[in-house]
Parts: sequence; C-alpha cells; structure tokens
Amino acid sequence: MTEWWIELTSPVPHVLLVSAYMLVFMLVLIGCVAYVTFAERKVLGFMQVRVGPNRVGPRGLGQPIADAFKLMFKEMILPRDADRFLFRVAPLLSMTPALAAWAVIPFSENLRFADINAGLLYILAMTSLGVYGVIIAGWASNSKYALLGSLRSAAQIVAYEIAMGFALVGVLMASGSLRLGDIVGAQQGSVLNWYWLPLLPLFLTYLISGVAETNRAPFDVVEGESEIVAGFHVEYSGMGFAVFFLAEYANIILISGLTALLFLGGWLSPLEGIVPESVLHVPYLGPVLASGPHWFVAKTCFFIFCFLWFRATFPRYRYDQIMRLGWKVLLPLTLVWIFVEGVLLYFELPPWFD
Amino acid sequence: MLVQSAVFYFFATVLVLSALAMITVRNPVHAVLFLVLAFFTSAAIWLLLEAEFLGITLVLVYVGAVMVLFLFVVMMLDINLARMRAGFARYLPVGLLVGAAMAAEMIVILNTPAFDRPRPEPKAPDHSNTQELGELLFTEYVYPFELAGVILLVAIVAAITLTLRRRERAKSQRPSKQVRVDKKDRVRLVSMDSE
Repeated sequence: MTEWWIELTSPVPHVLLVSAYMLVFMLVLIGCVAYVTFAERKVLGFMQVRVGPNRVGPRGLGQPIADAFKLMFKEMILPRDADRFLFRVAPLLSMTPALAAWAVIPFSENLRFADINAGLLYILAMTSLGVYGVIIAGWASNSKYALLGSLRSAAQIVAYEIAMGFALVGVLMASGSLRLGDIVGAQQGSVLNWYWLPLLPLFLTYLISGVAETNRAPFDVVEGESEIVAGFHVEYSGMGFAVFFLAEYANIILISGLTALLFLGGWLSPLEGIVPESVLHVPYLGPVLASGPHWFVAKTCFFIFCFLWFRATFPRYRYDQIMRLGWKVLLPLTLVWIFVEGVLLYFELPPWFD
Repeated sequence: MLVQSAVFYFFATVLVLSALAMITVRNPVHAVLFLVLAFFTSAAIWLLLEAEFLGITLVLVYVGAVMVLFLFVVMMLDINLARMRAGFARYLPVGLLVGAAMAAEMIVILNTPAFDRPRPEPKAPDHSNTQELGELLFTEYVYPFELAGVILLVAIVAAITLTLRRRERAKSQRPSKQVRVDKKDRVRLVSMDSE
C-alpha cells in the first residue's frame, strides 16, 4: 500500500460507522413519517366522529404499510412533454432537505449526529431548500394546475420564510448562540424559563410560519383541491406521489421538533425547578421525570398533534389573505418584538435575560 | 489533508462543470437550476475554507430565496430559442472581448500583494466564525456596514416606487373594516303582515 492510499482511506471506518447510524436513524424516521400519516387519519377521524382506518391489522395499524405497498406497485405515469429528468428528481428534492436537517438536531445533551456551531443557520438553509421540489415538480409536469400550484408555493414560502427567519433571530438574540445545544441550555430553569413565554409573539409566528412552510391546512392553497385539483403534484402517481406525501409529513416532524427545541426547551423536563430536586433521583420514576430525550419526543409529538388539529379545525385561507398575514401581520410583529427583546436584553430583565 | 484535497477537487469540478452548463444549456429553467448547483458547490468549498457562516448564508440567501424568485420569473417566460440565437454570431466577438477583459482584470488583481497571503492556520473546532464576523462588522466596519444597509434600503424604495401604481378601478378589501362589520350594516329586518 502506498502512503497516500492509507491516508485517503484512514477515515473510511469512521465514515462507515456514522453512515450506518445515519441509515438506522433514517429508517426509524421514515417509519415515524409513515405512522404520522396514520395518526393524521385517525385523529381527523375522531375529530369528525368517524372511526378512521381500521381494516388492516390490529386497529388498522398496518394501514401505512399497506398504502406504501400499493403505491410502490403502481405505475409512475410520465405526462406528455414533461421534463423527464426533473419530473423524477422533484420528489427527492422535497424529501432530502427535510431529512438532512436532522443532522444537527440534538435529542439530549450528548445524543446528536453533528454539533456544529452554526446549527441554526444550517437548519434555516435546509428548510429553505425544500421549496425547490415543489417548484420543479410544478414546472416539469407541463400542466397548468401544477404550475399554478408551484407559483403559489414559491410566493408563499418566500413570504413566510422571512417571518420565520426573524423569529429565529429573536431566539438567537436571547440565547446568544447559533448552536442548538446551547439554545436549549440557555432555557434551563423551569417551564417559565423556556422561550415560549418571553418570546411568545415569536413563538406563535414561528408556529404559524411553520404551518405555512409545510403547505398544511389552513395554508394549503398550494394543493387547494377545490381550486387547482391537487396543485403541484397533480400529475404524480405511484411512488412519485408517495415521496411527496411522505416529504410533507417529514417536514411536519422537523418543524415540530424545531419548535420544541427552540421554544419549549427541547429535552429539558418541565418539572425541573418546580418539584424538589430529590424527586428526580427516585429510582425508576426519577429518570422519567428528569430531563432526557423522551421529553423532546413528547414535545415534538404534541406539535405534530397540533398540526393535525389545525387541519381539522380551520378552513383554508384565501390566497390574498395568506399574503396579507405573512407580510402585514407576522413580519411587523416579529420586528416589533425583536426591538422589545433588544430593550429587555439591554436592561437584563430577570428571570429570562439576566 | 489529502482527503480535503480530494473533496475540494470534487466540488471544484462540479462547480466548473455546472457553471459551464449554466451558460450552454438551451432551456432557461435548466440554466437556473445549474446556477443553483453552482452556488451550492461554491458554498461547500467555502465550508472547506472554514468560512461556515458565509457558506451557509450563501445557501440560505441565494439558493433559498433569490434563486427561487429567479426560477419563479424564468418559469413563466416563453422564450423563442430560434430568435434568441439569431444574433449569436454577430455578438460573439464583443462577448469574447468582454470575457477576455474580465479574465485579464481578475488575473491582474489576484496577483497583487493583497491576495498574496500565507495560508492561515486551521482554527480550533469550537472557533465561531459567525461571532468573529459579527464582531468585525459591528466594530471596525460598522460604518461601511450601515452604509450598505442604507443603500439597499434606497434600492428597495426605488424599486417599489417605480413599480407601484394605483389603478383607477381596482377594488380591494379592507380586512380591518370587514371584521368590524355589525349586524345593522348588513341586515335589514322588515316586519310584514302574513299573507
């Protein structure tokens, strides 16, 4: 073996190990995505006084797997005069950013893939890439409904990304760091120290923008069944449609996880600072009540439920009102609150900014 | 070091090829997408240079926002390729001249002592590029930074005033008025004898 070969291949075992972890995590995540679609159908069912899917497996739990199999064996139809390459690549472009963003998300103090010091920026960059899948799908399908859907999506995502970015500016002002681990660490204390309270307007803005970014009801004019059939993915069938469908839910999980990290203290336990310290050291019960990855998962699940809840509750916004809400309501709100937060930081208001 | 070089050459090849493809492909949407790829790979090269803030901001601002709007516009164009290529031979000498002049300028500038610097030492893993940039921007370069902001603001105001026009018969809704509407504005109750 020559020396350069050894040097070039020495990181390979490490890379392989990390890749193996990543692969396992991706499989688990995609499994979760499949079951979020099931949860959505069940939750919507119960909210509409129906049963929801209950035929496949015990209590219908096999439904997502049956759906995946069905879609896998269906033909993927290519519309006439469609752009062959872009048409096939578009679903992947909307799925990969949602998965890639998980690289920097910390589950607990030490449980994470990468601990980069520009983590929040990385997340923002990755979530801003997801729009390409939608736009390219709409253009490559060579269909006017699909194109209308993708134009709406481009305008909507650009509008809400600004409000979302400003909400994140507020978070990084309060925590003084772009590293996600430090942001959670800065929220240590009790439930009242988490950023949802001092940054309440930014928290709400972030949640609303998150719903708009994922093109979910009530901001789902991109799909808008009643106006433009199914919007950007109207021409997709089989696996192409399945990947778009999964990407939507992958984005929901991502946004929910981020909201939990940035505003609800991530893996921190809500009981910290409220119950006496000794309770957290009780055998068996203690680790459950103390901070840990399970709190992060629980908070994420809560926000996922909120997404489903919104869909069952709100009627769809009209297009011009979506634009109004983004540019004229949320954006000024975040600007004002960043100013207020600056003042609070300057005067070091306890208990949050001391 | 060798691994870094391998990664660098990979990204550099992709960057050059996508930049070439961007100006040679016929379809304007494909050209925009190749430009996106070029931005993305140059961001990766900046990451290799330990400029993670600039690299990620390039993706965030240019790929995530500017190019989306670009794509938005280009998608709606109906470009007649035959007419576009009609003047190609006529403008080729001018284009080559401009290209040669730009290349010469780059060569001259990059050979000046300002760019002839020793390779900086690699920073520690917890070195925050973002913080350092921020400190420089808000201390040493605060006036140029603020000036750039004001110039951009002027550009925004100019662009808006150029395109804003009030049409005479345009109708719009006032949501603030709509939510304040009262029953007596909309409904008139009439008592009638039964027939």
